[in-house]
This record gives sequence, C-alpha cells and structure tokens, in this order.
Amino acid sequence: MIQVEDLVIRLPGFTLGAVSFQVAAGEFFTLLGPTGAGKTLILEAIAGMVPVHAGRIRIGGRDVTRLPPEQRRIGIVYQDQALFPHLSVRENIRFGLRYRSRSADSETNIGRLIERLGLTRLVHRGVVNLSGGERQRVALARALAVAPDILLLDEPLSALDPNFREEIRDLLKKLHQDSGLTVLMVTHDFAEAHFLAARAAVLGSGRIEQMGSMADVFHHPASPAVAAFVGMKNIFPARFDRDRAAVGSVTLCLGRPVADTASHVAVRPEDIHLHGEAAGRADGAVNGFSGQVGRIDHQGVFCEVRVRCQGLVWQTLLPTGRVLAEGIVEGARVWLRVDAEKIHVMCADAGAGGSPGAGSRG
Amino acid sequence: MRRIDVFHLLAVVSTLLVVGFILLPLVEMIRQPTAADLKNSLADADVRRAIRLSITTSGGAALIAFVFGTPFAYLLARRDFPGKRFVESVVDLPIMIPHPVIGIAILSLAGREHWIGRMAAELGIRVMGSVTGIVIVLTFVGLPFYINTVKNGFEAVPVRLENVSRSLGAGAFATFFRVTFPLAWRSIVVGMILCTARAVSEFGAVVIVAYHPMIAPVMIYERFTAYGLRYSQPVAVWLIFVCLVLFLMLRWLNPGRRRV
Repeated sequence: MIQVEDLVIRLPGFTLGAVSFQVAAGEFFTLLGPTGAGKTLILEAIAGMVPVHAGRIRIGGRDVTRLPPEQRRIGIVYQDQALFPHLSVRENIRFGLRYRSRSADSETNIGRLIERLGLTRLVHRGVVNLSGGERQRVALARALAVAPDILLLDEPLSALDPNFREEIRDLLKKLHQDSGLTVLMVTHDFAEAHFLAARAAVLGSGRIEQMGSMADVFHHPASPAVAAFVGMKNIFPARFDRDRAAVGSVTLCLGRPVADTASHVAVRPEDIHLHGEAAGRADGAVNGFSGQVGRIDHQGVFCEVRVRCQGLVWQTLLPTGRVLAEGIVEGARVWLRVDAEKIHVMCADAGAGGSPGAGSRG
Repeated sequence: MRRIDVFHLLAVVSTLLVVGFILLPLVEMIRQPTAADLKNSLADADVRRAIRLSITTSGGAALIAFVFGTPFAYLLARRDFPGKRFVESVVDLPIMIPHPVIGIAILSLAGREHWIGRMAAELGIRVMGSVTGIVIVLTFVGLPFYINTVKNGFEAVPVRLENVSRSLGAGAFATFFRVTFPLAWRSIVVGMILCTARAVSEFGAVVIVAYHPMIAPVMIYERFTAYGLRYSQPVAVWLIFVCLVLFLMLRWLNPGRRRV
C-alpha cells in the first residue's frame, strides 16, 4: 500500500502539489499525464530520489518520507531500463540480493523469477547487446529479485518497439495478477494505462486533475485538460441554459439538465457521425449541422477529418474505407451529427474533485 | 582538369606546418645526442636521481589529487549548489596563473611570516627546498587536470544507475563502489595520467620553491646554463621518454566514445 499525503516538491521553475493519493495493497495504479506534469517526480519522491518539501509518504503503513532509498524496500523500473552496463544479466538481477535478509527459498525464488521472465538462456550474457524487450525483462527481474513491497514503473513501455511493447505489457499484467504486488506506474499513454491499471490519477501542471477508475476517467473526464488527455479532441467553451449548450453560434441539445458550474463541452472524434448533406438534412435528428470538410489526415486504417460548421472546427475519426467509399474530400459539403448522450459536460477547474475518497478503496 | 580547391589546399598546408612545427624540434633534439651521450647521462647518478624524483613527486601529486579530488569531482558532477560556477572557476585558476607566480604564492604561505608557515615549521614540515615543497607545487598545477577529467567521467555515468542501485538496497558508498567507480575508473586513471604529465613538465613554479632537490626540468635548465646545449640534451631526451610513456598510456586508456 502506498499513501501519499499533501506531497509538495519544489524545484527551480516547477512546483508540484499538494498531491494526495492512495494505492491499495495489490492494486495496479497509474499516474497519467502529459510530459512535464510531474509524474516521474512523484515516482522518484516515493523512491526517495528527490527531496520532498512537505507532505508524507507511507509504504505499507511505514512512514518513509525521510528514509534514504535503500531503506524503502521498493523496486523501480525505468523507461531506459538503467541496467548496469558493466555487469552480466545474472549480476544485474542479483545486484540487490546481498542487502536483503536471505531466507532458504530465496535462491529458488530467483531461479523461478528468471525462468518466468524467460531469461534462463540469457543469464551469462552482457546486457549491452540485448534487445529492448530483453533489457526490460532483466530490469523487471532485477527489481523483483529483492522482493520489494511496491513496484514503481516509469514509462516501462514507452521506449520499446511496438512488438516488444505488447510482450512486456502482457507480461506486466500477468505478473501483477499472479503476484498480487502493489504497482504504481507512470505513463503518458492512456491506452497502456487502460490495459494495465484499475485506477488512475491524471496529473496536469503539478496537481491531480482527476482520480478514479480507468473507465471513469475515460468516460467522464472532469476537466478540459483530462478530456484532451483521454482523446476527446473536440473541446469547446460553452454557455449553458438548462439542457442546452451554446457553442459560438451553434446550439447543442444535451437531453439532460446540467449544473451551473459547467463551462465546457467535449466530444470524442469517433462519436461524431458524418453523412451526405441531403440525407442528413432530411433525417431531421437533433444536433445535426451542415458543414464543409477541411483537412483530411490519413493515419492508415483511420482518417482524421476536420469539418467546419458555422465557425467551429470539429475533428472526426472515420475508417479510411468509408472516407474513400463516400467520396469525402476536402471542400465537400457534409452533414455532421452528434448524439446528445455523447456530449460530455465539464467545468474548467475541476481540480482533484473528480471522485473524492476514491483512493481509500481496499 | 580538376580545379584546385584553394580552401582545402590551405587546410592541408596548415596541417603540415603545425605537425612539422611540433615534431621538428623534438625529433632534432632526440637525433642530435649520440647513443653514447644518452648512455653516459643515464650512468650519471645525478641524472637518474633527478628523473626518479620527477616521476615520484609527479606521481605523488597525482595520488593526492586522486584522494582529495575524487569526492570533490563527484560532488561537482552530481550536485548543483549556490556558488558552483565560482568553485569551478577556482579549480581552473592554476591553469591560468603564470608558473613563477604560483611558486611565489606558495612560498608566501610557507614562510615564517605566515601562521601556516610557522605551524608547518613547528611540525617539522619544510616547504622551501624540499620534496614536500615540490609535491605541493606539482599538486597545485596538476589538480585542475585531474578534477575536470574525473568530473566529466562521473557525469557520463547516468544518475539513474545510481538511483536503481540505491533502490535495490545499496547505500551511497556501496553504490559508488559497485556502480559509479567501475564505470568511471578509466576517467580516474586518465585524470591521474594527465595530472602526472602536467606535473612532470612543471619548471617555473618548482624552481622558485625548490631548486634543490633537483627535479629533471630544473636539472636540464642548470646543465644548459652551466654547460650548454650538448649537456642538457641527453637529460631532456630521457624526460621526453618519460612523457611519451605517459602519453601512450593515455592514448590507450582514453575513454573516447565507449558505451556507458
């Protein structure tokens, strides 16, 4: 279990906090956020590698705020693996063993760990010429060999080739499920986090914007910043009047009344429908607007299509096949429609209020 | 016909000029003494003593730089603190100061007029005209080379490796000896060689602090002024030989672009 209470870190030019969250025993928790939000800083504070200005950090109930890293019983895996280049795979993995009290079965545990991570044939190799996936597995084995109370992962998948990334991702998931280890992962990749973690805290410029289950964060972002982070590309400031939102000269029906504090609407690009203009107009459904196709960016299977309606530019995501089949080209007239329930409403300064108490589960 | 690239030509000509400028005097000096001259000078106990003293005092300076400079270089490589730039400039000062000035500066501290000099005298430490004095001067001029080299060596070791080591349970000392030192030892040796090489070549500061006991450069100077070129050359050749050995060690060890 990790408890972070009112953590404040001051660096020249950057202040983090106060940040509070809890990771339950056996939970896979992730700190999400764009680069520069302070995620890695929190991780390194928990590991004891950056000075903490204020607040408390507890690991398994033990106050470690003032303890040096070597007394915190943590394992850390960095994005770049940080393997000791002068040591072999085996020596890397066994590096920390001499500092832990050895029980009789620790040797068998190490052997099992090496086997589990598929490193048996690599133990005598040097680490410099290993592949990215192999390096990451060695780093994991090294961290787990000392049987840490918690495992800290700093962007463990970001530096890997796509095929290794999947391999390590699945491995992490399985390791967590089988071991019941408490894991705290830092990442800027929402898809990764969604796959691995149960809960997340989203950081933006030094504070927690939202905390909750992955589904909660994904479907109900609490602020425009979080919405942007989970891939809602259409975020507009709006004026609200009961169940209606005015965005510029466009009025959207929300189908439900919203709170007074609401300030923005957000829509995922994949939730926007595009039709031929004549068919769409004849349909007469709510939240349908005539528009003109702007830039089209091909991304392989999908195309990002921008549509301009009454001064607003909407980003949509369509299968490339449809774009080609329906003759959607730059400058074409189209009918754009959004389902009322797909329009997310949020207030600009949600702060950490997303789901209070969500951290105290378990 | 190919046009002559004037710029390229200039570069080649200047390269030849510079290499010739450096090598010609050295080659000529080595060529002029006969083998018998060289052998005779090495048979001279004074010459052997001077060269031995040069090597031992310079090596001593490098050892002192190693002991005191290593933690200091580590601090400079790893921590930011107020006044760091000032401290770094102070380290570079001995490179910039004229050598006789260094000698005079050290004497002004070691003399009876200064309390440090008096304290040293009471402890039986003599600086003027002693091996101690020579080592002090050579350490003074050699330190910047050691500290700057080793600082760069430590900086080339990623902090994350040290962090991981700490997280695995190794304390600060264990981390230094198991991670940082094995990855930076080449820089440490290179720093010691540079420090030694710089110290071996010092003349101006030493001649002020300690004319006797005589180190090799002072002996070369004395032979030159007393007996002329022919008598100083063989000693000079032997000193160059010492420097060449250091130089080859340096080339062999130079970290260059090795992987960390």
